Amino acid sequence: MERDDLIEYSLDAHHSEEKGVEIRKKIYKVTILLTLVTIIEVFLGAVIKQDAAIWPLVKWTFLVLTILKAGYIVMVFMHLGDERKWLRYVILVPYFIFILYLIFIALWEAVSIKSVLTLFS
Amino acid sequence: MAGHTAALDSKTLWGGKISPFSTSYGKLMMWFFLVSDALTFGGLLIAYGFTRHDCLEAWPIGEETFNSMPFLGHGYPLLYVALMTFILIISSVTMVLAVEAGHRMDRKGVTKWMIATIIGGFFFVGSQGWEWYHFIHGSEFGKIELSDGAVAIVKGHFGEIKNFTVTEAGSHHKKGDVVKEDLMHTFQHAAARGHINNGIITLHDGSKAKIAKEKDHELTLIVKKSGKVNKASKAKRVITGAKAEKLYYKALYAGEANRVIYGANLKQNEYGPQQYAQFFFFITGFHGFHVFSGVVINIIICLGVVAGTYHKRGHYEMVEKTGLYWHFVDLVWVFVFTFFYLI
Repeated sequence: MERDDLIEYSLDAHHSEEKGVEIRKKIYKVTILLTLVTIIEVFLGAVIKQDAAIWPLVKWTFLVLTILKAGYIVMVFMHLGDERKWLRYVILVPYFIFILYLIFIALWEAVSIKSVLTLFS
Repeated sequence: MAGHTAALDSKTLWGGKISPFSTSYGKLMMWFFLVSDALTFGGLLIAYGFTRHDCLEAWPIGEETFNSMPFLGHGYPLLYVALMTFILIISSVTMVLAVEAGHRMDRKGVTKWMIATIIGGFFFVGSQGWEWYHFIHGSEFGKIELSDGAVAIVKGHFGEIKNFTVTEAGSHHKKGDVVKEDLMHTFQHAAARGHINNGIITLHDGSKAKIAKEKDHELTLIVKKSGKVNKASKAKRVITGAKAEKLYYKALYAGEANRVIYGANLKQNEYGPQQYAQFFFFITGFHGFHVFSGVVINIIICLGVVAGTYHKRGHYEMVEKTGLYWHFVDLVWVFVFTFFYLI
């Protein structure tokens, strides 16, 4: 018996051949992008020394590129971008709240502990 | 396909006759597990950052610590780990292609891409094994404490040891014997214990021998901890040429124990502060364990694909769920790579 009040089974459990071609194109594009980003990171890391004046900028570049890579992996490879909007929020929002809080508290403590350590060393 | 969609749905619905976020129970629970695992890794990396910030000694720099390539030796900063990262990204791509093939019910495609993913996984685990081996074994020069108390790491090409000529007999070797085996290991063992004095090495059996060794090339000292003369300040921390050679061998041949440290273990390491090696072992080890278990799960699911279990079921959601775990492993590596090797 065919019922129409049932919620469609998990999004994208199936797709057509044409859609498949489109999706594969996107996957290859993301692959090239991730590879390029990795090459840039390694190049910067090998060429610019940590005592160079420009290093802080390089460090922030690494962080931005890392989050960019992570974003593409989560949104495209893990298909979180194709899931329902609220699932996206349920996964990402609690994570970011906890992690940002942990980063904040660790930084705060580390700075104060370091000031004590340097004072008494 | 519409025919079995309805049949599928009645099975997919949860106990309350609804599917939250239009996902199946298994997939949502996999996501929740990944969130908690990501918090674990986040906590570990933040602890690493905390320790690094509060460490008063110089922290090791990725391109100085990891510069070896298999079969090629030293002098290739970050190249090997870049290769590892690339392998893991590619295996993530083959996984997502397996998931895509599953959506088209293409069993052959799923099998092909899953096997590719498993091979990539094995390559990564193997590379990590090699990386650990190298990290534990250390460089040929080690970390040296100079005569003024400064501590320096050493770069360059180690001149090959030709042989040891016994000058004073011990319990095993006679005078005039030429030792040609296990030279590097014996040399490092003796150096770390202070059994080399002015170019004369004391072997395991108590005999003394002269070292015949080729000249080192491009020997460079990078001072990590200031001594009375040699400072770790930015401008002066690199010592090269004849001066570096003189300082290094003066310290190495001083006949004092623990002037040189080779490799890493849980008590000491040649790269920097002890916490560094601890975090390296724990975080890359924990990640490596995730990769290993991911490969095992992939193999099990791949067998299911080959057996046609999921084809009969009408959908390849199991491939999708293991795929989520596999991508997560890749995701964690992106961060480990940045914080351990780049920054």
